[in-house]
Amino acid sequence: MKVPVSWLSELVDLPAGTTVEQLDAAFVRLGLEVEDVVRPPVTTGPLVVGRVLDIEELTGFKKPIRYCQVEVGEAEPRGIVCGARNFAVGDLVVAALPGAVLPGDFAIAARKTYDHVSDGMICSVRELGIGEDHAGILVLGQAGYVPGTPAADVLGLDDVVFDLEVTPDRGYAMSMRGIARDLAGVLGVTWRDPADLPLPGWAGTPAWEVTVADPDRCDRFSMLAVEELDPAAPSPWPLRRRLAQCGIRSISLAVDVTNYVMLELGQPMHAFDRATVNGPITVRRATAGERLTTLDGADRALTDDDLLITDGSGPIGLAGVMGGASTEIGDTTRAVLLEAAHWEPNGISRGVRRHRLPSEAGKRFERGTDPEVTVVALARAAALLAEHGGARVVGAPVDVDTRAPRAAIALDAGLPGRIAGVPYTRDQVLEVLTVVGAEVAGDGDALRVTPPSWRGDLQEPADLVEEVVRFRGFDEIPSILPTAPPGGGLTERQRRRRSIGRALAEAGYVEAPAFPFTGTAQLDALGLPADDDRRRVITVRNPLSEEAPALRTTLLPGLLAALARNLSRGLRDVALFEHGSVFPAGEGVRAPLPGADRRPDDETLAALLGAVPAQPWHVAVALTGHREPRGWWGPGRPAAWADAVQAARLVAAAAGAELTVEQAERAPWHPGRCAALLVGDRVVGYAGELHPKVCEVLGLPARTAVMELDADALPEPVVPQARSISTFPPVRMDLALLVPEDQPEDRVRRALRGGAGELLEDLRLFDVYTGSSVPEGQKSLAYSLTFRAPDRTLTSEEARVAFDAAVAAAVTANGAQLRA
Amino acid sequence: MSGANDPYDPKQVAALSPEALDEAVRAALGAFAAAADLEALAAVRPAHLGDRAPVLLARRELGALPPAARSDAGKRVNAARVAVTEAYEARRAELEAERDARVLAEERVDVTLPWDRAPRGARHPLTTLVDRIADIFVGMGYEVADGPELEAEWLNFDALNFGPDHPARWLSDTFFVAPEDSGLVLRTHTSPVQARTMLERQPPIYVVAPGRVYRTDELDATHLPVFHQVEGLAVDEGLTMAHLRGTLDHLARQLFGPDARTRWRPHFFPFTEPSAEFDVWFPEHRDGPQWVEWGGCGMVNPRVLRACGVDPDTYTGFAFGMGIERALQFRSAVSDMHDIAEADVRFTSVFGVEQ
Repeated sequence: MKVPVSWLSELVDLPAGTTVEQLDAAFVRLGLEVEDVVRPPVTTGPLVVGRVLDIEELTGFKKPIRYCQVEVGEAEPRGIVCGARNFAVGDLVVAALPGAVLPGDFAIAARKTYDHVSDGMICSVRELGIGEDHAGILVLGQAGYVPGTPAADVLGLDDVVFDLEVTPDRGYAMSMRGIARDLAGVLGVTWRDPADLPLPGWAGTPAWEVTVADPDRCDRFSMLAVEELDPAAPSPWPLRRRLAQCGIRSISLAVDVTNYVMLELGQPMHAFDRATVNGPITVRRATAGERLTTLDGADRALTDDDLLITDGSGPIGLAGVMGGASTEIGDTTRAVLLEAAHWEPNGISRGVRRHRLPSEAGKRFERGTDPEVTVVALARAAALLAEHGGARVVGAPVDVDTRAPRAAIALDAGLPGRIAGVPYTRDQVLEVLTVVGAEVAGDGDALRVTPPSWRGDLQEPADLVEEVVRFRGFDEIPSILPTAPPGGGLTERQRRRRSIGRALAEAGYVEAPAFPFTGTAQLDALGLPADDDRRRVITVRNPLSEEAPALRTTLLPGLLAALARNLSRGLRDVALFEHGSVFPAGEGVRAPLPGADRRPDDETLAALLGAVPAQPWHVAVALTGHREPRGWWGPGRPAAWADAVQAARLVAAAAGAELTVEQAERAPWHPGRCAALLVGDRVVGYAGELHPKVCEVLGLPARTAVMELDADALPEPVVPQARSISTFPPVRMDLALLVPEDQPEDRVRRALRGGAGELLEDLRLFDVYTGSSVPEGQKSLAYSLTFRAPDRTLTSEEARVAFDAAVAAAVTANGAQLRA
Repeated sequence: MSGANDPYDPKQVAALSPEALDEAVRAALGAFAAAADLEALAAVRPAHLGDRAPVLLARRELGALPPAARSDAGKRVNAARVAVTEAYEARRAELEAERDARVLAEERVDVTLPWDRAPRGARHPLTTLVDRIADIFVGMGYEVADGPELEAEWLNFDALNFGPDHPARWLSDTFFVAPEDSGLVLRTHTSPVQARTMLERQPPIYVVAPGRVYRTDELDATHLPVFHQVEGLAVDEGLTMAHLRGTLDHLARQLFGPDARTRWRPHFFPFTEPSAEFDVWFPEHRDGPQWVEWGGCGMVNPRVLRACGVDPDTYTGFAFGMGIERALQFRSAVSDMHDIAEADVRFTSVFGVEQ
């Protein structure tokens, strides 16, 4: 909502010397966010009102040119050359005289052109920097100004315009009337309500025959007829100027007047060419299949939710949204039927959305207008049309008014203070409610507050509390820290997520969160088989990108895209991780949408919560290049499948869980270099090297390694139990075993551990060897074992017995042989 | 060779003369001093402190002396022996110190060499900032509540007093999930966690809910379709806007320094009444101290309390929410939202593990 200060000051008795900054602060305090403060462009030098005394048409040039005598309040008129043709002798115009500088450093000087000396310039709106119109020069009319008057005041060149953002609850603030009331209230000054007009004593037959068939969507519908409008009468300059300041284009007197009244009173109106309306008007819902050609020329299919103005011919307007083309007022319209109505806001909102027709009227109707002012607005418009266009009201107005009386809100006068934490007195509360326009009844603290007609948003005590706090000001509210009851800190799950993130970051991985959208192409790139679970996706109805309409079921596409992006920017050694929700398709149960006036019953609530699919928390890593960089210490170590597996172990350890690993095959991993990650016998994820084909498709370096696991599937950590620390000396023994090459090392290790028994303190694999001294098809595994007793110094015989048992177990379970 | 019972030998006894002892000591001291290193010192040691060294031989002769002379000579011999031993030890310590100093000097390395063999990674600054904010509230006794990103439409809108025709529910603002009647949306704010918490249990409730939220905005320098918020909710008896202000001021000071504070502007949110937007005074702003728009807050709308089964006549509540990206943007002087979203390791690494 654009608010010219000049207009505001006609309505509000602003204290002398009120600055723009003070107004700005007052608007902000009221919750009318100041989007912009528009100051007119600076013009210097002589800029005056002139009257055109004579026009000499110059011919023989490429275009018709006029040489004009313009009276500018001096002894002699000035001769000025002008290329525009939209003015006549007697018109008042704006003349920039030599020495003036117009916006854009446009200096005016006397100069010879078209064989005449032009002693100044007649200005267009655009040249003056107050609008875009450059079709002709600015004509102020034929009367009202004395030639030679400085033009700055006439043009409003000292006028500041506030651009205010009005929140969706405050329809009343979409008008000068509402802004003026709020501003006067917060500044504590008097103001004049422009809706406070005496209505003329109209008499005669009502303007038209009207039936409102849908009083739920339209509880007041008013019309007034005028005749003898001069269709050629121009809108007066001040009206045009204000419309321009408020961002509305001037069209014709009739349209400009309805827009002006809308800005002033907040009541949008529509003007029908009365001669084109056929028979009685009915306000009703559309029936399926009906169509309407609207003012913009679009032929629109209507739904049964569209509210229409209809006449004998069918639809002639989309109520509150846009008028119809068939009844549009034109260049010859002399008889006009003016409409001002109160529409149910949500219906308007749906209509605007359905037909994609946002408008100034729609903005007001969907926020809610003042149903009290329909007839006042008609009277105001008729008066302006009479004044500027010679129009005359015929008959009495139509006023179909089915409004129910407004219910009073019970308010405890102490409530605003209890909510704000500020001890407002009863008088202070009453004062604000009066400023807002409410009627207050009741003794003591039990108040009955009837909100004013223009405040449809005031429905509950809390709404009234807000008004009290708003007008008293937020600055009065003290700052007090409440005492919460003692809490339990983070949950295990929350701690786990943090631990996992920290562990991976400390281990060299950089967190790379991605938008969780994916698509078929991305899943195809991973080489997922057609029946893969990860292809069962949930899709978004209105995705940002048609390529990624689905919610991710795996973190890998986003993570690999981040990896590729980093590589494309010239990085080489990159290790990334992400942790976040994935969205596997659930059962597809519909979530109910119960009413919200009370808590849903337990069954509905359970259905509601149950319909939200589980969204497990996954962790993934991807790495390429060097895991350990090359340096002066040596050549470094390339990232490999084993890093991905180790990342999984790290994640599990950070979560207080332990993983086992098995050889597996799963897309998008290399079939020979893929580890299933298990907790007990449940697979919780996979790790290893990316399939070479996948690397190729995604443009990633060969041997890129990735891991993904479901962190929510890791078991809850148990409280660790301390073990007793033996201070007796250890016995260390090494061994090497020959085992079949395809035997997983992990099984050998488990057998050794099982066989060695309780004296085994530590077991480490320190070498894996295949080569000349190892038979074909076998590998040599070298281990270091540490034995220690809790209560005594171990003898070498005892250690040897345990060692032999370990070897025996490995031999039995794995077909191993002790290497000599 | 000579025992105590050996006959008195005037020649040997000469060794016990003060002159002879002084000479032996002098010779020993000279030899030790002349030894240039520990090896040389070890080589001359037997001659002066070995079994055949004059001072030790002299001691053996003591028994041959008449008892009267023995005491005197004994003192002399002892003094000589101590002098030689001390001189030896002193020289050895000196040479050892020299050797150690030389070896350590030779072992000198260039300690400025890099050793980044295991470079540290980083957590995303959004993650660490969320943790930091959560910790501030945990310190006040709050609990951290979680909710799903794919959420029931009822919890995201209806329970929070968004009417069925509210513009936020348009396809142009909210991601809806197929099919059309799924009743599911990608949550547009973290506020449904408020509703979940109140539906789950009765007050007193003090929770914060950080998380990822979604709006149908195209990614540009100032907008993200996927971003993060932290939501706070307190429902208890007697809570006021003063408590809300106290809470936000405390958070502002913890995050932005002791001089930070908040400023409120009336605003509109369906789920709070009264509602405000709040700015934070940020003294460390790179363009100088200034107010920065940060979030929204207000007293929980009684309609929301009713929809969630909390009695608005007994309890009041306050709620607030702010954008984490926005806080990160001004706290760490991020000029382009793309950097927050694109996971470039050069951006993220700056923030380390704990920021």
